[in-house]
Amino acid sequence: MNINLTLIGQMVAFVCFVAFCMKYVWPPILAAMQERENKIAEGLAAADRANHDLELAKEKAVERLREAKEEAAAIVDAANKRGNQLVEEAKQAAQVEAQRVKASAQAEIEQEANRAREQLRGQVAALSLAGAEKILGSSIDPKAHADLVDELAAQL
Amino acid sequence: MAGETQTISEYIVHHLTNLTYGKLPAGFEREDGSIVGQGGAWVMAHGGEESAAMGFTAIHVDSMLWSIGLGIIFCWMFRGVAKKAQAGVPSRTVNMVEMIVGFVDNTVRDTFHGRNKLVAPLALTIFVWVFLMNLMDLIPVDLVPKLLELAGVHYQKIVPSTDPNITMGMALGVFILMLYYSIKVKGMGFVKELTLNPFNHPVFIPVNLFMEVVGLLAKPFSLGLRLFGNMYAGEMIFILIAALFSAGIAWALPAGLLQIGWAIFHILVITLQAFIFMVLTIVYLSMAHEDH
Repeated sequence: MNINLTLIGQMVAFVCFVAFCMKYVWPPILAAMQERENKIAEGLAAADRANHDLELAKEKAVERLREAKEEAAAIVDAANKRGNQLVEEAKQAAQVEAQRVKASAQAEIEQEANRAREQLRGQVAALSLAGAEKILGSSIDPKAHADLVDELAAQL
Repeated sequence: MAGETQTISEYIVHHLTNLTYGKLPAGFEREDGSIVGQGGAWVMAHGGEESAAMGFTAIHVDSMLWSIGLGIIFCWMFRGVAKKAQAGVPSRTVNMVEMIVGFVDNTVRDTFHGRNKLVAPLALTIFVWVFLMNLMDLIPVDLVPKLLELAGVHYQKIVPSTDPNITMGMALGVFILMLYYSIKVKGMGFVKELTLNPFNHPVFIPVNLFMEVVGLLAKPFSLGLRLFGNMYAGEMIFILIAALFSAGIAWALPAGLLQIGWAIFHILVITLQAFIFMVLTIVYLSMAHEDH
């Protein structure tokens, strides 16, 4: 347990090892550690960002879906409305047509009735002339009594 | 284990003697009866008496070699990692080394508030190196000395930190750094600190100077001697336990258990002492950087 040159030797060795450590060991290891720390921090930040983005995307997707559903509902509604409208229009057109057909049929019927009436009137005139001829026993000059007969026929 | 021809005390002394190479003074009578000639002689010491006679001009070959060897192991291991270090996924060795580096870095950051590129690598070197030197304590006390004895080397202390030269050498290194930074950072402030503290009056300058110098010198001494004392005591107990084995076969089991128990406890001491040496170094250097 003597103090001797070993003391100096150890001091020299100490200085050498510290110098070596300071120059070749500490800086690269610490730099690598720092870099990894940064990398991890970046990675975590990126993961956070990605998570946030995912959340946003999900929200957006939900929004889109809702919009699409609304749109679809609107389209179906419009289509229904349009269909109803078409049906309504068709109904109306049919009614109008029916009215028209009915009116024309009535007009024709009236026409026919009038014509029949005219015919009947003529025949009645002729019959009444023939009847009057028989009653009077003489012929009646149709020409002379035409006014009379016509008046009669018009009164029928 | 103690040999048949050795007494317990011889065994212990043998274990506590360094392998010393040094200069014997002229006229010294050596163990084998020969007299050292004119001008002295550089020889391997045979026994404690010879190494004591060598005085300061001697070197503990075992302490030096083990200490430098362990320092080289530290450098080699950490340099290897430093070369491989990149920001990717770390391997197991890299991870371990980075854990130690991170731990030291945190300790330095917590304690040392100045700007100094030296302190952190210094702390790392001290921590790992002292730890490795202390770790040698866990190698069975007889293993390496016995093997080397078979190879013809008669003394061997394999735990460098049980040699006060080693611990004081490091402490003195730290002390020189303390002085250097005190003067560099504080300049005249350092002189003021030594002379006008704690009694701020010119009359008290001698008293202050005495107290401050004693306080200053106490730092490296306590630093070096604390490590030495702890490790020396630990080593001593290992040797005593090992000596128990020679007390007869009945002692084998309790001695074995003691050995294991002490070794397990010593793991704590080893790490703690390395840590304390490192932290105190940081604290002292931090004090050298701070004006009061």
